[in-house]
Amino acid sequence: MRNALRAYRVVLASRARSQASHRASFRMDLVGALLVGLIEFTEIWVLYTASDQIGGFTLTQIMLVFGLSDLAFSLADLVAGHCDNLPRYVRAGTLDVFFLRPQAVLAQLVTSDLSLRRIGRCLVGATALTVALVLNDIDWGIGTIGLLALALACGFVIFTAQFVTAAGLQFFLVNGAEMTNAFVYGGRYAATQSATVWPRGLLVVFGAIFPVAFAAYLPVVTLLGTPGVAGLPAWLGWCAPVAACWAVVVAAVCWRWGLRHYRGAGG
Amino acid sequence: MRPLPPPARNPYWRFLVAGVRGQSAYPLATLAGLVANATFGLLKGAIMGAAVESSGGELAGYSAATMAAFVWLGQGMLGSVNFWGGSDLQARITSGDVAVDFLRPVSVQAAHVLTDIGKGLFALLPRGLPSVVIGVLVSSMALPADAGAYALGLASLLIGIAVSHATVYVVATTGFWLVETRGVSVLYMAVSGFFAGLFTPIYLFPDWLLTLALLTPFPSMMQLPIDVLSGQVTGAGAWQHLGTQLLWLALVLGAGHLTTRAGRRRLEVQGG
Repeated sequence: MRNALRAYRVVLASRARSQASHRASFRMDLVGALLVGLIEFTEIWVLYTASDQIGGFTLTQIMLVFGLSDLAFSLADLVAGHCDNLPRYVRAGTLDVFFLRPQAVLAQLVTSDLSLRRIGRCLVGATALTVALVLNDIDWGIGTIGLLALALACGFVIFTAQFVTAAGLQFFLVNGAEMTNAFVYGGRYAATQSATVWPRGLLVVFGAIFPVAFAAYLPVVTLLGTPGVAGLPAWLGWCAPVAACWAVVVAAVCWRWGLRHYRGAGG
Repeated sequence: MRPLPPPARNPYWRFLVAGVRGQSAYPLATLAGLVANATFGLLKGAIMGAAVESSGGELAGYSAATMAAFVWLGQGMLGSVNFWGGSDLQARITSGDVAVDFLRPVSVQAAHVLTDIGKGLFALLPRGLPSVVIGVLVSSMALPADAGAYALGLASLLIGIAVSHATVYVVATTGFWLVETRGVSVLYMAVSGFFAGLFTPIYLFPDWLLTLALLTPFPSMMQLPIDVLSGQVTGAGAWQHLGTQLLWLALVLGAGHLTTRAGRRRLEVQGG
């Protein structure tokens, strides 16, 4: 076991070194990632300053949702984001090589590229979260800290699971890779919103099937005591681990199913 | 000067047609794009609708119906305009293949921009129209009342698509000077959608930010066509929008022409 982990560590370290060595390009990537995150926050700022509150959330309150979900997504993206490259590996036949090596295919896919520039994105989420925690009227205590930590950890697991689910489905879609963007990147977008504005269909999709509402929105409702979706209990934010488990099960099923379906593509 | 060949044999016409054909070869990709488009549209429609509602039914000149039109027309245009900043030319400059493009007896700029416009035009059928149909089905979106508004809107849409691809062409030509252009693309991706009105109408921006947006070609790619297409802006205002778009089209095409000429002298293809 220790030997297996060591192999991954060595691979990851070599990827990190190779990226940091192109300094100018790396710096520009980092700044770019930072800017993308900043502009995403600006969109929310524009919307919530144009109208005082939307779906029962003010700007400072939604900032907490944004910070929490964006940090969780960025961390997941850092770890599993290049699962997005799978269709390219399938078309180029690179994936076939993965089957020959004595490491798990998914683990190889995950370590195939470590994009350090994505650290820039994490900074935006972390900053927004910190500022929001200061600005909001929060009743600090063990429970509060526990709920925040739980939300962040489960959010990370949920988003990572979405990436793996998407990768599993890619074996069937290949040219239709964009379809999974609907729940991977659509899920990220949904996670920064207040679920009270969603029609019932979206509630089912992003509250239950791809449970991104548990990554930030529901825990924040529990934390701040804001009025949530009618008919849902306020303690639902504590159920994030259940949602995370469900997401992991879906991801595992999709990945295995996809892998079994794969028959090789390139020559 | 040689007489111009008939349209069917005109090389530039064929670039446009090739762009259309190339896209139509991937029906599954198109369907996938539509699914992603529609999901984002539903989310965007929900939050924007709630924003209008919580502002008392009117937000920066938008009612619930015109906001829905903004959301779904915008989603429909997504497959036809380029907000991610990458292009074939970018890849061809990196690989050195662009040297072959320069050997051909046609304008490199016209060939690339027209092919991309062709792709964009094709996307209007399988991605643009269905998005609008979904919008009409799920929301009470406003549509213009008279045929004149549709004609102007269509013209504005076409110019918008052209401005988008002509601008991305300029972005790609930075590759003549820079070795790694991904940073430039990321920069373009961050700024273009935001200033074009992809997420919120630019009229929601505070004054200074709106002024800044209007000093860029980005609103001409999406916000202005949506204004005209949805009937939000009519008559003289619509003609003014079209004028602004044409001005930006001329500017970015001119810029592309200059960077192509300068870049051609810079170009140094390594290896053999």
